[in-house]
Amino acid sequence: MIHAENLRFAYPRSEFELRIDDLLVEAGEKVAVVGPSGSGKTTLLNLISGISVPDEGRITVMDQPVGTLGDAARRRFRVSSIGAIFQRFELVDYLSVRDNILLPCWINRALPLDADVRQRASELAEQTGIGDKLHRRVTRLSQGEQQRVAICRALLTRPALILADEPTGNLDPVNKQIILDLLFQHCAENDLTLVAVTHDSNIVDGFDRIIDFAEFRAGSSL
Amino acid sequence: MMRALRLAWRYVVHHRFKSLLMVLCIALTVSLPIALAILLASFNQQIVSRARATPLVVGAKGSALDLTMHAIYFRTKPPGTLVQGAGQPVGDLGTAIPVHARYTAQQVPVVGTTLDYFDFRKIGMASGPGLARLGDCVLGARAARRLGLKAGDSLLTDRENVWDIAGSTPLKMRVGGILAPTRSPDDDVVFVDLKTAWIIEGLGHGHEDLEDETDENLVSGREDGVVTARATVTNFIEVTDENAASFHFHGNFDEFPVTALIVLPRDDKGEALMLGRYQRDDAPAQMSKPIDEVQNLMQLVFRVQKFFNANAVLISVSTALLLVLVVLLSIRLRAGEMETMFKIGCARGTMASLIASELLIIFLLAAVCVVSVVLVTNWYADDLVRSLLG
Repeated sequence: MIHAENLRFAYPRSEFELRIDDLLVEAGEKVAVVGPSGSGKTTLLNLISGISVPDEGRITVMDQPVGTLGDAARRRFRVSSIGAIFQRFELVDYLSVRDNILLPCWINRALPLDADVRQRASELAEQTGIGDKLHRRVTRLSQGEQQRVAICRALLTRPALILADEPTGNLDPVNKQIILDLLFQHCAENDLTLVAVTHDSNIVDGFDRIIDFAEFRAGSSL
Repeated sequence: MMRALRLAWRYVVHHRFKSLLMVLCIALTVSLPIALAILLASFNQQIVSRARATPLVVGAKGSALDLTMHAIYFRTKPPGTLVQGAGQPVGDLGTAIPVHARYTAQQVPVVGTTLDYFDFRKIGMASGPGLARLGDCVLGARAARRLGLKAGDSLLTDRENVWDIAGSTPLKMRVGGILAPTRSPDDDVVFVDLKTAWIIEGLGHGHEDLEDETDENLVSGREDGVVTARATVTNFIEVTDENAASFHFHGNFDEFPVTALIVLPRDDKGEALMLGRYQRDDAPAQMSKPIDEVQNLMQLVFRVQKFFNANAVLISVSTALLLVLVVLLSIRLRAGEMETMFKIGCARGTMASLIASELLIIFLLAAVCVVSVVLVTNWYADDLVRSLLG
């Protein structure tokens, strides 16, 4: 599913450098990436999703060399193959719950925005327990409900890979577990690969593998 | 593009207050100069056509523009009054139509004139017989609507000065009819016969017959058949069929006042001769050509308009700069939203088209407002200008 070799990435005018000699994530695997702030967890997700491109090395995701694809190709790949979940949910405040779920289709002409997609949005909302709130503004939802909307949005395009950046970081303990259960349930039901970044070691129990960036040193194999 | 427009519409609706402010800023900046230009064009058209239709006016010496505006619009004060005999230099070179507009009835100007005026302006009756006898009045169409009067009703003139109890007393006039609408200042006034206007002024009056009166409280003396009445004699305040014959005037009509004379020259030569006569130092009054006065006025107005136009350009530029600032700040505030969209696969071009769509909607809404203002202004311009002039 994901294979990175001899990966090097540095931000301009920054001393930070991410170095990964070898990283392999199998399809269907649920991987938790843990570690302190500033250790490069989010950078790894950006490299996987093609938001950032490596300075050196090679990264393939679903057999796509995302590091060498052009901007448009990486964007198309991101839309079609990856579902992203963020710590602050990153919902659009002027849209309803349903339109937020449908946002990937709203902003990509390549994706259909027809009755089938709307139906899928409704089904996802039902499955995540927000089916009765489809027409509400997202700002009127609780934090747990907002993250469910973000999960629905990530799942809308039936991606094979879910990248979650601190998906429970803004949630209370009860909602943390609910959101994780939802994620695991969907990954299991749809055979999805999940890579979740977190600094909360209490939530890593359900993952198949844990990559700890605190123990990781440049040159290590992950 | 449709998706971007629909998303943009949701943004505009959600931020409706900010959007409304932007729409109003643009709409006001654009529509105000246009509305002003429409009003000015209407003003120019109305005042010029009215002035063109009034060949010459005679009035007391003073401001020719004041005289013109008084003679054609009745509202502004004339430079002074003159006697009716001031029209004598016209002679047989033209026709002088008197205008005596000093009084009001329920704040509507009362214009004393002769029947020639109605022929000259081609004003017909919409209802009622018209000026049938002394004390009758006919109302312009809008004045009748405003006062809620119809033929057969009565109308009381306003007292010239409420503190002067010895001044002219109000006259109760019979409404002899309503004039057909003309979309001119004639719609906004009350017309009476010139003699009725003089009665309002107190120059003519009616009272009980004193020929056989022996009461010394009413009659102070008799000499050569002339009865001298005391102030205790009660004047009629209304002309009726029964007392109409008792109304009379003391003095020579040529010495009676009018506020202006509208003069219709027989021909161009007659006009030139009359202008010459009134330019003499010993002329009793001034004669002016309304079209010349109005064109001078409009030249001044158009010069002022140029100043307003330049001002409008500056306001437009500053509004545009403010809008750019608002858009830039808005984009900055929405950086997080843009970043999210980018992360989930939105192209930079799509984001730009989203913002462009929002601006397009704002400008379209502003355009709708501008068109509405222009249409409404265009629709009501004539009436608005007439009410301003009237």
